[in-house]
Parts: sequence; structure tokens; C-alpha cells
Amino acid sequence: MVYLTRKAEFSAAHYYHNPQWSPEENQRVFGKCANLNGHGHNYTLEVTVKGEPETKSGFVIDLKELKAIMQREVIEVMDHRMLNKEVPEFATAVPTTENLAIAIWNRLEGKLKVAKLHRIRVYETPDLFVDFYGEA
Amino acid sequence: MKVYLTRAYMFSASHRLHCDDFSPEKNVEVYGKCNNPHGHGHNYRIEVTVGGQVDPKLGMICDLGELDAFVQNEVLERYGLQNLNTFPEFKDVVPTTENLSVEIFNRVRSGFKPAQITKLRIEETAMNSFEYSGGAELK
Repeated sequence: MVYLTRKAEFSAAHYYHNPQWSPEENQRVFGKCANLNGHGHNYTLEVTVKGEPETKSGFVIDLKELKAIMQREVIEVMDHRMLNKEVPEFATAVPTTENLAIAIWNRLEGKLKVAKLHRIRVYETPDLFVDFYGEA
Repeated sequence: MKVYLTRAYMFSASHRLHCDDFSPEKNVEVYGKCNNPHGHGHNYRIEVTVGGQVDPKLGMICDLGELDAFVQNEVLERYGLQNLNTFPEFKDVVPTTENLSVEIFNRVRSGFKPAQITKLRIEETAMNSFEYSGGAELK
């Protein structure tokens, strides 16, 4: 089994807000992140897939194909967007890095013809990242 | 759904690698420059990984502020700008980065309750890094 990781970057805005809570409760829980005008990050996405290298090509997956899928399913949807208002998953879920990793997994899983999705890693900053392996 | 969140921190500390059971010659042979009696130091970069279910109200595994506060109080303030050899946990244990990884992992595992630590990674330098998962297979 060989693991292959492809990286991509996107920049997006978000804020943390739970509509079931009062403004004061949102402020208490989420602090500065509760500012409804939003703030932004340069996110780095790492998509890791696993599989056996195909005998003739020597590829686990054609990187061009993986790059195109990531571009279509994630970057075009999220880059330079306000996650809360423009990405459907976050109409209800808070766009934390945890939920972002799960949303990206769900967008990519099932789109790969070869290889298997292994891990989604999302860096919100160089010092904070989340991993999701599709675990229940 | 189970996710893993990793947060990185830094502290600087000194240490000396020396085993009392070895002769002076053996200590130099095993530890080389690291056996210098006056010690030396590193800027340690530590990565704390916690795993757990996402709380649907918060969208988070745990409050990041609580993790930051715990690591600040229990790890960074304890070891930052100190000599590791002077701590009771390294009285009979050589303060290699292997042993430091285990010590910090256990400190977070037993003291931080909002989420469970699953991995501790330390970069001693940009070239050397160490990971400990409490005996579990590394992801």
C-alpha cells in the first residue's frame, strides 16, 4: 500500500455563530470568532489517498486527475468565499476546521475512480490543523 | 464523527544527556556532544493532537482556549527556559526527546479532561522529530 498526498491552498472567510444561542452566549463561547462581519484564513488542504501502484503506469492515482477533482469539488467552491453564507454545508453547521475537514471528506469521497481516500488534513494556520479519516 | 485536532506550541529549554550507570568514557561514546557537563539547549516545537467527536453545538472537539490554557500552565510554563535535568521526572530518566515526549503525553493524558490526547510530537530541531501515542499505532 502506498499513500500519496496532494496539497492545495484556499483563502476564505468565516465566523462562528450558533443561532440557538443569545449574542452574549455566542460571544462567551466563540470570543473574537463570533464577530458577524467575519474574519479569514489562508487554509492549506492536504488530501491523502492510498492504493497499490498500478503495474503499467506506476501510479496510485493520476495526480492530474486528483488535482482536477480537488479544484472542482473544493477550491472552486470555497476559495475567496464566505463559508457561512456561500457553502451549503455551513448553512447549519458551524464552519470550524473540524467541520471543514468533514465537509471536504464528504465532497471527495466517492469521486475517486481509483485509490481510496485516506485522510483529509486542513491547516487553519501553521499551528492549528485537523485530521479526518472518515471515522464514525 | 471522530476528528483529530493538532495544535503546535514552542518552548526553549536546556538539557544534558548523561546516564549515571555508564562510565564517563561510555557516556561520551553514547551521547557525544550531548554529554557536555554544562548542558546545551533547544527550541522545542511540540504538537498536541486530541481526538474526539465534534460537539454539534460548538462544531469543535473541545474549546481550543481550554487546551491552550492547559498546555501553557502545565507544559510551557513548567519547562520553558528551564534545565530539564533539574525536574524530578528526569532525576532517574535521561531527558532525551523520546523521554520528554512520553512525559508530556502522560501529563496531558492525565490532566486534560475535555478531550483525549492521542499523539504528542516534538521537533527537537528542524531535522529531528519524535512521536508518541501512548503505545497505540501511529495514524
